[in-house]
Amino acid sequence: MSVSMLPATWRLGRSRSRLLLRIVVYLALISGGIVIMIPFFWMISTSLKKQWDVYAFPPVWIPNPPQWQNYAQALTVYPFHLYFLNTLRITVLTCLGTTLSSSLAAYGFARLRAPGRDVIFMVLLSTMMLPYAVTMVPLFMLFNSLHWVNTFLPLIVPHFFGNVFYIFLLRQFFLTIPTELEQAARIDGCSSLMIYRRIILPLSVPALATVAIFQFMDSWNDFLGPLIYLSDEAKRTVALALAYFQGSAKIGPQMHLMMAVAFVVLIPELLLFFFAQRLFIQGIVFTGVKG
Amino acid sequence: MGRLARREALECYLFISLAVAGFLIFQAGPIGVSAFLSLTNSELVGTPAWVGLRNYSAMLHDPLFWQSLKVTVTYAVVAVPLGLALSLLVALLMNQNVRGISVFRTVYYLPSVISGVAVAVLWRWILNPEFGILNLLLGYLRIDGPNWLLDRQWALPSLILMSLWGIGGSMMIYLAGLQGIPTHLYEAVEIDGGGMWDKFAHVTIPMISPVVFFNLVTGIIWTFQEFTRVYVMTQGGPSNATLFYGLYLYRNAFRYFQMGYASALAWVLLLIILAMTLMLFRTSQLWVYYEGSVEKA
Repeated sequence: MSVSMLPATWRLGRSRSRLLLRIVVYLALISGGIVIMIPFFWMISTSLKKQWDVYAFPPVWIPNPPQWQNYAQALTVYPFHLYFLNTLRITVLTCLGTTLSSSLAAYGFARLRAPGRDVIFMVLLSTMMLPYAVTMVPLFMLFNSLHWVNTFLPLIVPHFFGNVFYIFLLRQFFLTIPTELEQAARIDGCSSLMIYRRIILPLSVPALATVAIFQFMDSWNDFLGPLIYLSDEAKRTVALALAYFQGSAKIGPQMHLMMAVAFVVLIPELLLFFFAQRLFIQGIVFTGVKG
Repeated sequence: MGRLARREALECYLFISLAVAGFLIFQAGPIGVSAFLSLTNSELVGTPAWVGLRNYSAMLHDPLFWQSLKVTVTYAVVAVPLGLALSLLVALLMNQNVRGISVFRTVYYLPSVISGVAVAVLWRWILNPEFGILNLLLGYLRIDGPNWLLDRQWALPSLILMSLWGIGGSMMIYLAGLQGIPTHLYEAVEIDGGGMWDKFAHVTIPMISPVVFFNLVTGIIWTFQEFTRVYVMTQGGPSNATLFYGLYLYRNAFRYFQMGYASALAWVLLLIILAMTLMLFRTSQLWVYYEGSVEKA
């Protein structure tokens, strides 16, 4: 609107420099995007090569024909189906546990009044900055004395006691739900637990899904936890198995198999990202702007 | 307190009881135990003996402790600001009303979402001096690429380079911040005859500074806990050039079983993080601009 008031020649020069700027912006974004995709291309390309083509010079960029059997071979050198099952079990249980326990606490902090509630909330929040290194050693000793080492329990059970970050996230979400519904339900004689189950949870599906997704990524990628607690070969998670695969004598430096396994490990994360990108964005934006 | 209020309070305590129990068992308790352990020579088995502050004084004479501190601080000082600047730049580009922004956003955001061992393994292969794609591409430009992770000088820069791949997370946070800037501020600059630079320097930067601050604090805290990447990619080598603090702590605890010393390291880490965060908050008054009202995300 202000542009139309300017002299015509001025406008022309301005729109030309705008056009130039647009071109520069697009060029920068596109070339950056290509650079970002190169590692993915390299991973998939390597995973489909014949073993000797991996080390060929000049390099083979697009394997022809693609060696699909690499995937079958890579996943059977070690019992990877077992590792996937292990990881899935841990991941599903931690997602369930943390969503349930965090939402319970979040509802209490958001809606029910009690003396000392806000002080307790602040104390919990203060642990958000605590480095895991501080609790790592005592927790290991605790789980060791419970004979939980070399079981999945140390990786699962703590998640049934809520996670401060998720409690915070859900509490903020619950606060945006209008209270009228709850009040009506209360007049009809609903208990808090019923309100939580029948009103709050159904209205909070996106926030709960965000929490579940964050936890999924966390558990799926967790390396330190399994490294510390799981020593049995049969109990390994995919992350742990992949790390061992790297230095394994069974396969030696067979990069095409390594990359095949790495790609398969990434597939659930990639799928989740593409199907739930909106939830990821909401979650991370929420962290940064409100956090 | 009335009957109803008492009932509500009781319900509240029940709802938050799991979280409070979790805090006591998995946070507060272990923090106390860790402080105690750091004053003993605990080695997991056997009864620990009280050693007072000896673990802490031993640290002063431990070259590897200083090396890990140096590596971590160097990384934090270089990689974190570099990542912040680059992600802000990308966010600014993307905020230029570009077409197909959702495609760009997906592409740039993707690498920051995936992480862990698979990514570490992939980058180790990318950085392979002889057959990795990075040196192959550099070869086309007639550049003789370095040995990256295998070279003492280049190992840390390699990890910094790799970290730039994952700037998408802070980019998204910036983008949300940028989109929250009211357009009337930019219009005001235009009316005053200001150009693009004035808009950037006098509107964008002040308005975005809280987000920069948030990204800076979390980035530094995160650096001090760096573990998976170095464990998988370099094991701290070559000659401890990538011995991050988190890795050194892990080694003391779970390779040498020096639980006492590892706990002391953890406490020093906690103090460092606390001091740095406080310092950043103190100085933030000088360079972070907070609007009076809380704005919508």
